[in-house]
Amino acid sequence: MNDTPITRRTLIAGAAAAAGGALIANIGDADAQQKPTAPIPPPAAPVDPTKVPGGPTTAVGTRSSFVNPQRAPVGEITGTSYAPLQDLTGTITPSDLHFTRIHAGVPAIDPAKHTLLIHGLVDRPMEFTIADLKRFPAVTRTYFIECAGNGRAAYRTPKPQMTPQQVDGMFSTSEWTGVLVSTLFREVGVHSDAKWFLAEGGDACLMARSVPVSKGRDDALVAYAQNGEAIRPEQGFPIRLVLPGYEGNTNVKWLRRLKLGTEQFMTRWETSKYTDPLPGGKVRMFSLEMDAKSLITSPAYPEKLTGPGWWPITGLAWSGRGRITRVDVSVNGGESWAEAELLTPLISRAPVRFQYLWKWAGDETMIMSRAVDDQGYVQPTMAQLKAARGPGTDYHFNSIRAWRIARDGTVTFEAAT
Amino acid sequence: MKRLPILTAALILAACKIDARNDYLGDKEPQRFDLGRAASTAQVAAVDIDVAPSGAGLPAGSGTAAQGAPLYATNCASCHGANGEGKPPAYPQLIGGPKGTFDFASDFKIPRTVGNYWPYATTLFDYIRRAMPLAAPGSLTPDQTYAVTAYLLSREGIIPDGTSLDAKSLAAIQMPARSHFVADDRRGSTGGKNVR
Repeated sequence: MNDTPITRRTLIAGAAAAAGGALIANIGDADAQQKPTAPIPPPAAPVDPTKVPGGPTTAVGTRSSFVNPQRAPVGEITGTSYAPLQDLTGTITPSDLHFTRIHAGVPAIDPAKHTLLIHGLVDRPMEFTIADLKRFPAVTRTYFIECAGNGRAAYRTPKPQMTPQQVDGMFSTSEWTGVLVSTLFREVGVHSDAKWFLAEGGDACLMARSVPVSKGRDDALVAYAQNGEAIRPEQGFPIRLVLPGYEGNTNVKWLRRLKLGTEQFMTRWETSKYTDPLPGGKVRMFSLEMDAKSLITSPAYPEKLTGPGWWPITGLAWSGRGRITRVDVSVNGGESWAEAELLTPLISRAPVRFQYLWKWAGDETMIMSRAVDDQGYVQPTMAQLKAARGPGTDYHFNSIRAWRIARDGTVTFEAAT
Repeated sequence: MKRLPILTAALILAACKIDARNDYLGDKEPQRFDLGRAASTAQVAAVDIDVAPSGAGLPAGSGTAAQGAPLYATNCASCHGANGEGKPPAYPQLIGGPKGTFDFASDFKIPRTVGNYWPYATTLFDYIRRAMPLAAPGSLTPDQTYAVTAYLLSREGIIPDGTSLDAKSLAAIQMPARSHFVADDRRGSTGGKNVR
């Protein structure tokens, strides 16, 4: 039993590993980074898979080679890679497809050397190792993270040929496990006059945001796990801040420091960026909560309805302020609305998957969805949002999204609602 | 009869001492767990780099726009352009946004630059020290950081050319945009129903 027989499969696996090594060695090659990964052609499936033995067990599973969901674009160290929302079902985003927004690359961090320092207005400035953090009582909770700028391209440069990924792909959901910030606050003894804390990441730009202490005491967590395993490097390995319902940027990744203070720290990411111009010469800052929003992920571009008949309309709805209570769907361009079925549990600051069964008669029309949250907030139209914030509005693009259905079944994006 | 199981369940639940965390089943959670280590003053000082609008956190040192110009050309111009025009969206425009009006809500194409949009001059120092230049963050000395900050502020007409920036003079700068920034009012007193 000690001898591992060398089989053809072992040899193939070895060759694959060697090829992987070659890819890693190529990382410095700028051209290699820029080129999108070509889809791997599916292997020839046997004519009858019930008549030949299948493949062996493997150490790490892979997707069926018949499916190929991918983030895009890739290869930048200051930018975004969008999650392929049109390829996903349910509410959880597979960790390797979670959208990525980075400002100075994805740092490689040795968890044995990484610590979280908490200082400022505290009784006891302290540092915690990852092992320390895992000894505190854990919580496991499902929350979405949405970039504050999600939907900007669809607002500024809308095109009919935009996929759900391109429209709103800076949105993902995970089951996060970690320690409540309130637990850590007790451990260090946060002073009563502390009103804001700075959360700072250990990436190459030391990304930092100010967060209300009340949010830290409420539902914030320092997460070390995502969907049942260690957080992925792109999502903050070994630890990140998770601020349920807050704009993505404040959910600081690669978290290394929390500093308690009396006022906002006014970093670049809460002054020059992540602020929202308003009519009357004003700019809103610390607009931290994400407004309620929804998006139909199917039917959507580039899908094509193959003919009249039943087509389930499905999508996601969420609110940074609480629970979604209702999702309405219109199949006639907003003339009338009907309540959609909510397929998943209604969790505060987590998305819900909705479904509406639609019998398409073959006419040209527009389909759209509208989220309602437990504050009574109704997802606005584009016209309403522009009236409230001005056409130069930035961040928090939560207007109703529409998909235009042509007679031939072609589906295209429509931003103006 | 239908009510009986519900009543029984309610009685069982009432009999259990339920912690605020509903899934808590162990010994009573203490105020502190005595995990982690005390951080020394030196440990904190090594990473305590943030700069507040009051100027708290600014290091000793100084620099002028004249000293900053060659530093900008060497370290910043490749991304932000020789004249601070930037390469948006990855590399923002820093210099040359329209001055005198504040009407960004009318058109998202209006450039938001240091002089017309940044509410605090201290943020410039904080950000450059944290993050710039992109390829070698943390490589500028405090003097050089003051100099690049002075260069940008002088190009934007915020400070006279010859100004030597240090902790005191940087914190004293009043940025034109500052009075335009307001707190989040979206939830308001109406429970967040309104589109704002």
